[in-house]
Amino acid sequence: MRALSSWRAREARSGLLLVAPGLLLLSLFLALPVIASLLLSLTDFDLYAVGDPGNARIVGLRNYARLLHDPVFWKALGNTFFFVVVGGPLTVSLSLGSALLLNHKLVRFPGLFRTIYFAPVVTTLVAVAAVWKYLYHPRFGLLNAALGFFGVGAIDWLGDPHWAMPAIVLMAAWKNFGASMIIFVAGLKAIPDSLYEAARLDGAGPWQRFRLITVPLLAPTFLFVGLTTTIGYFQLFAEPYVMSGGDGGPMNATLSVALFMYKQGFRWWSIGASASIAFVLFAVILGATLLQRRLQKGGEA
Amino acid sequence: MTRKTLATIGVHAALVAGSVVTLAPLLWMVSASFMTAGEANTSPPPLLPGQATLDQYRELFVRLDMGRSFLNSALLATCAALLSVVVNAAAGYAFAKLRFPARGPLFSGLLAAMVIPGQVAMLPVFLLLRSMGLVNSYAGVILPGVASIFGIFLVRQYAASVPDELLDAARIDGAGELRIFWSIVLPLCRPILVTLGVLTFLGTWNDFMWPLIVLTDDTKWTLTVALASLSGEHVQDTELMMAGAVVTVLPALLLFLALQRSYIDGITAGGLKE
Repeated sequence: MRALSSWRAREARSGLLLVAPGLLLLSLFLALPVIASLLLSLTDFDLYAVGDPGNARIVGLRNYARLLHDPVFWKALGNTFFFVVVGGPLTVSLSLGSALLLNHKLVRFPGLFRTIYFAPVVTTLVAVAAVWKYLYHPRFGLLNAALGFFGVGAIDWLGDPHWAMPAIVLMAAWKNFGASMIIFVAGLKAIPDSLYEAARLDGAGPWQRFRLITVPLLAPTFLFVGLTTTIGYFQLFAEPYVMSGGDGGPMNATLSVALFMYKQGFRWWSIGASASIAFVLFAVILGATLLQRRLQKGGEA
Repeated sequence: MTRKTLATIGVHAALVAGSVVTLAPLLWMVSASFMTAGEANTSPPPLLPGQATLDQYRELFVRLDMGRSFLNSALLATCAALLSVVVNAAAGYAFAKLRFPARGPLFSGLLAAMVIPGQVAMLPVFLLLRSMGLVNSYAGVILPGVASIFGIFLVRQYAASVPDELLDAARIDGAGELRIFWSIVLPLCRPILVTLGVLTFLGTWNDFMWPLIVLTDDTKWTLTVALASLSGEHVQDTELMMAGAVVTVLPALLLFLALQRSYIDGITAGGLKE
């Protein structure tokens, strides 16, 4: 009995020892900073306070109140929602479409096509954003050349405020659809063939089999992909940063909330204001997550 | 039979068309990197170089010292991957197999923390690194990302399948817990550790925002930061930029091709657990 309890004690000790480095790093670089960020958002912490924190004063919710009256913030929020609402569904449809194609039983070399479609996911965003910048060039870009072939006039993709955000959506969809595609393929593979076989014997056509078997059984995968895409897309940053040379132009047309936060914090050192933007973004993402969870529950009921 | 043939042709036509669109930007990147300066900026835009040249690559490595950024990226990504594997494997294994005080609440806390976007912590982390004197250091780039909740989850799922009998047998033989972790658990969890290592390596290699914030000295820049700075100064030099893009993208693509299985398993492991 004594041996057993000393075993238990040893197990507890080594358990704590093994989680310690990970938890210590997470407290230091995640938990504490998040709390600090919340506190900073209630101060006017700025460049002077970076030198001497004594210069910061508590201002309550003034940073948040100011945000509500800042047209640039609303612009950034609108741009971010546009990216999520247009780019999210576009990306997920491409993922689902390509997964269904890859999973088609007549396909030869599905592994080859899967690798090709997945390639953009592992590419470096900064590098491919530079590539797309040239593809979007109004005069020398391949995209306008291709569109010109079909009689479409030249579009100043990144220079025209109306086209800049759609251009970023298009690039992001190209870059990201392969990641969710892989998850859809795994979801499709998990549906047993026998179900389709049984439906066929009962006289169900291809469309009916898709609607009655694939759609309901893929629903959990679909919601997972939807959720991760939404969360990821709300954090839009590097695409507009590289495409616009860091400022979210033209005329703030590609300024996202995360980029606005970055500019406030790391360019103008308005750290208090920047922290309040971070928390608004957090609240928006949390809200979207809860909403989607709710829809999921509603769908199951 | 004819319907089946038609369907086969249709499906493959769609797949090939999709492949062409997917690969076009990457193929053009490679092609333009071999063009002579100014060649890409003509109308209509050429698809292939008139005469392939290595001038752009020579410029990058000889005059712009891109090799240094390349080594920085490789070093940082390797260290980040190794550290991340050890730290997250230890925590993941402990959460899966060892009973210790507050295990349940700690794990629920990690689960809840997953919804926090990284940007929220960014400014305070920067101020913290500054007070620790780690701004403009490699450690400042790597340390904040070493422990990952996703990584701990990934290992925990996998380590749960390690048989308890094996661990107990080792304990009866008198092996210490650390030794069990090092010589039994780590080898058994190898596949998931490779996955985690590849994911972390590529994540660090491709990361832009954090090295941009932390590294001020251009001799310490990673490839992504160097490339972004290049695009500021050499925005007209399409061919040079494309060579820089190839140098940045190619290692990531090659590593992915070599370890494709592990990489994709990691992504689907995250996706099927809902």
